[in-house]
Amino acid sequence: MATILLIAEQAHGQLKKATLSALTAAQQLAAKNGGQVHGVVIGAGAAKSAQELAAYVPNVYSVEGLDVALAETHGAAAAEVAKKISATDIVLAATAYGKDIAPRIAAKLGAGVASDILGVVSANQFKRAMWAGNAIATVEVTTPVKVITVRATEFAAAQKAASAGKAEPMTVTAPSAKTKFVAFNEVKSARPELTEASVVVSGGRGTKGDFKPIEALADVLNAAVGASRAVVDAGWQPNDLQVGQTGKVVAPKLYIAAGISGAIQHLAGMKGSKTIVAINKDAEAPIFQVADYGLVADLFKALPELTEEVKKLK
Amino acid sequence: MKILVTVKRVEDYESKIKVRPDNSWIVTEGVNYRANPFDEIAVEEALRLRDTNMPSEVVAVSIGSAAASTEIRSALAMGADRGILVKQDGFLDSDAVARILVKVVEKEKPDLILMGKQAVDFDDNVVGQLLAEYLGYGQATFASKHEPLESPEEKAKKPGLKLAADKKSMQVVREVDGGVETLDLPLPGLVTVDLRLNIPRYASLPNIMKAKKKPIEELSPSALGVDTAPKVKVVRVEAPPARAAGVKVPDVPTLVKKLHEEAKVV
Ligand SMILES: Cc1cc2nc3c(=O)[nH]c(=O)nc-3n(C[C@H](O)[C@H](O)[C@H](O)COP(=O)(O)OP(=O)(O)OC[C@H]3O[C@@H](n4cnc5c(N)ncnc54)[C@H](O)[C@@H]3O)c2cc1C
Ligand SMILES: Nc1ncnc2c1ncn2[C@@H]1O[C@H](COP(=O)(O)O)[C@@H](O)[C@H]1O
Repeated sequence: MATILLIAEQAHGQLKKATLSALTAAQQLAAKNGGQVHGVVIGAGAAKSAQELAAYVPNVYSVEGLDVALAETHGAAAAEVAKKISATDIVLAATAYGKDIAPRIAAKLGAGVASDILGVVSANQFKRAMWAGNAIATVEVTTPVKVITVRATEFAAAQKAASAGKAEPMTVTAPSAKTKFVAFNEVKSARPELTEASVVVSGGRGTKGDFKPIEALADVLNAAVGASRAVVDAGWQPNDLQVGQTGKVVAPKLYIAAGISGAIQHLAGMKGSKTIVAINKDAEAPIFQVADYGLVADLFKALPELTEEVKKLK
Repeated sequence: MKILVTVKRVEDYESKIKVRPDNSWIVTEGVNYRANPFDEIAVEEALRLRDTNMPSEVVAVSIGSAAASTEIRSALAMGADRGILVKQDGFLDSDAVARILVKVVEKEKPDLILMGKQAVDFDDNVVGQLLAEYLGYGQATFASKHEPLESPEEKAKKPGLKLAADKKSMQVVREVDGGVETLDLPLPGLVTVDLRLNIPRYASLPNIMKAKKKPIEELSPSALGVDTAPKVKVVRVEAPPARAAGVKVPDVPTLVKKLHEEAKVV
């Protein structure tokens, strides 16, 4: 009998949206292997988030006490919970947290890892992108216990269940961590979260570091701001705004790329967007090959104009 | 201190990657190979740490076919002291790689293991974390630094990983969701590197010549006693779905009209 364990992720006592997408993947897996989905929340505020998760999942556990999300302790705790409920499949969102701890859980359980999956093919086969999205592979996990991380943009957020499940605390023995937490420098922004926003306005090297026109447009569209690697490498925008193969994967309903050439590594992070707009002064820029609407223009002229036109619509 | 740094031979991201008509793999004919870009960042960091903490040694290890000695040579040409090639032809999954590395670590006993956060061929992002767990080490994934790549610190080639005065631990700045985290990692420990840790150096011609004389030890999974049967195998490879061709619009008002009336997204 298959038992699927969803490792939830929360911040400030609230479930991350990516967790609800991972839950959809877990439910699709359950439909293939006949299993039941359980959930666990680990860390400070776990009990509260477990209540929230119970609206979606019949059995939810909370493990309090491991306030700092260190891979050593959270990985060990997750593996302990998995053993207690004899989980056959462990599912996490492929966020920084999920990527950090999933392999450690797998190593503890002798499990194979299918990372950053795009689809559930069968009980043990999954689709995932390789070579910067130049190829989509079907991978088969051959171990009895499997660990799966999920690309959130490929799965819609799960819906609440007809009746709420139950949340209960669970005590597990996790070794104390060797690694010590020192500090967290949070990047605060009043804008929507990049991976959760329905509109993203991204700027590239063409901005020369001036993001004012990008931000002004983002504000009228209630959009998140994104960036190419060139921008982040230059220190013009924070690291976690990098969209791409080695940054964030986004799939908003509207993605506007301004002053971005469209390198394959950038495309890997945004070509799943519903509508793509490219603004670039070079008509030959590769970004135009994936754009639904391309405008050959200077972004410093086009973006303010676009901002004004959008304002008129509202 | 002794630093072990991993280097994977991967398809060059400048090469066009196409799927084979029989969907078994990608076309490898005509594709160039190189060291995984993240691993070059790991090598660079290892060299900076070595050169500011002498005496130290940097050992570059790769697991792959005989051809992977090319990537070990590139690491040696950057400045690594010696190489290890664990020779194995054909596909190896991440878990097999991690278990081979366990054996290499047991043999070499490094103080620090530096790896890339992901290999840009399979884009897995798992080997470092698997290895850290198998070894019972603490880990700091996605290592970065506060100073941007255009800062004076970077120009001076200062290590981004800050070794404590007693050399028993190091401070690592990590790129995580929503910000930047700092961890204190006891040694021996494992770090996987992200893009903003440093700009890797190019190998100079004299160093490329010198690298030819540096030793590369050859090992094999069977000699190390590692079963390489995969826990995860690739059963099929397909081309990604193509996006339908779009249109060019002449001006901003036309763009907004299309977005509003056709795409209905604003
Ligand atoms: C291992 C690895 C991983 C990588 N991962 C990522 C990743 O995750 N995400 C990512 O984005 N990149 C990634 N890259 C980098 C990628 O290859 C490109 O170098 C990068 O995306 C280029 O950024 P850009 O388009 O902003 O800059 P450029 O390629 O320099 O393009 C700038 C564009 O701006 C246009 N422009 C200039 N001025 C104006 C103006 N006034 N108005 C309008 N247009 C203008 C130019 O015509 C040009 O097309 C990775 C590379 C490697 C090797
Ligand atoms: N065959 C290999 N040989 C050497 N290092 C490897 C190999 N495979 C993976 N690695 C290392 O593990 C890191 C993460 O790879 P992955 O988890 O496969 O994305 C890479 O950046 C390399 O440093």
